Amino acid sequence: MAILIKNLLINLPSALTHVSLVTEQMLIMGVNSLPLVVFTSIFTGGVSAVQAAYQFSDYIPMRYLGTAVGKAVVIELGPVLTALVVVGRVCASITAELGTMKVTEQIDAMETLALDPVKYLVVPRFVAGFVMLPVLVLFSDFVAILGGLAVSVFFLGISSYTFLNGLKMFFHLSDVFGGLLKAFVFGSIIAIVGCYQGFRTEGGAEGVGRSTTRAVVLASVLVLISDYIIASLLFG
Amino acid sequence: MIEINDLYKGFHNKPVLEGVNLAIQKGETVVIIGRSGCGKSVLLKHIIGLLKPDKGQLLIDGEDITAYPKDKLNQLRQRFGMLFQGAALFDSMTVAENVGLGLSEHTEMTEGQIREIAAEKLKMVGLVGVEDLKPAELSGGMKKRVGLARAIAMNPEFILYDEPTTGLDPIMADAINDLVINLRNTLKITSIAVTHDMASAYKIADRIAMLYKGKIIFAGTPEETKNSDNPVVQQFIQGRSQGPIPTLE
Repeated sequence: MAILIKNLLINLPSALTHVSLVTEQMLIMGVNSLPLVVFTSIFTGGVSAVQAAYQFSDYIPMRYLGTAVGKAVVIELGPVLTALVVVGRVCASITAELGTMKVTEQIDAMETLALDPVKYLVVPRFVAGFVMLPVLVLFSDFVAILGGLAVSVFFLGISSYTFLNGLKMFFHLSDVFGGLLKAFVFGSIIAIVGCYQGFRTEGGAEGVGRSTTRAVVLASVLVLISDYIIASLLFG
Repeated sequence: MIEINDLYKGFHNKPVLEGVNLAIQKGETVVIIGRSGCGKSVLLKHIIGLLKPDKGQLLIDGEDITAYPKDKLNQLRQRFGMLFQGAALFDSMTVAENVGLGLSEHTEMTEGQIREIAAEKLKMVGLVGVEDLKPAELSGGMKKRVGLARAIAMNPEFILYDEPTTGLDPIMADAINDLVINLRNTLKITSIAVTHDMASAYKIADRIAMLYKGKIIFAGTPEETKNSDNPVVQQFIQGRSQGPIPTLE
């Protein structure tokens, strides 16, 4: 993987000359993932409101519910759950696509045409992951907070004024930046792991299946490990 | 001219090529025959630098390419075309984009010029009006033809064919053979084909070389091949299960 990352960094400027490939991947990874991210984020926000209200009961005033939901979503749930959704949807698809290209000799064919597969396949996916995951996380944060607000108002009997006041009370922009920093790292992990597992696929359809599973497991684990490391550095 | 000198390659401690020696003259068509899995495709991939040998030399016009850095190798590859066994067309691109990909990356041609050349090369391989189709919409024979059009799009000096007729019906296989001969005659391309289809080998080859147990054990004209007194060659070309080549591996 170290060799792939080295080649990726060397070839990164090629993204400027292959803009159409980058935008195509941004569409696939970002725009096409948006409905799923929005859908899951509504429930993420809702469940965080329910859980927080349960934990607050009797000893923490409910005016802090917006604070708890906002912090949980922006710092942790938005970036991590969005990343895990994108791992399942995009990382798996990158590995399956590149793995199929590998076993059907399309990657070899690319090399025989004197085209660098890293430049042509990895760089656009990396740039798309790096740029689009933070964008998805911003959408996720916004929708999840709305989900938390809706559940608070309709099911927990808390007014929208109280919820939003609590949200604003301890809102720090640095929390959003912390979440976005995580998203940049997660986006990079998803693209690199997906491409790496795709490139090392061997053995036909069975091999593609094996690589895809490995990619999803590895990317999920790396997302959670890096989440802990970044959280410790920023908020520890 | 291509010279392969004492080439060795193994995978996971299993030797595949064990001292291959072969020279291919400019403009010549050499067909490498041998059993499935004997290392024919591995040898082909060495010639275009997709694989690095464990030992040995591979000289193209007198220069050893085995130690070439990536950029020099990419320059060299622009002189080659390769037809893959399954055609290896890019699924996400149209036929015209597949054929023109090399041109769009390595030349300053406009999209219109590239499309024109793609159509011209497709016509050379007997395909008209398929430019906007996706590979999934093509038959096996059409895919091979598109693969061939892509291989000749950059006007290469050398073409490598990996099992050009495998999986095709006899008529389509013969049409591909005719294309290979036509390309040699019209473009004067040096060709190396690997196959176990003897009808194809006899038809297209100037020389036939047999790879067995990691070595070239025989090389000669189609006539010399038919008359070879080597029992391994005879068993293979006659397609007999009895003989020195074991059926169990």
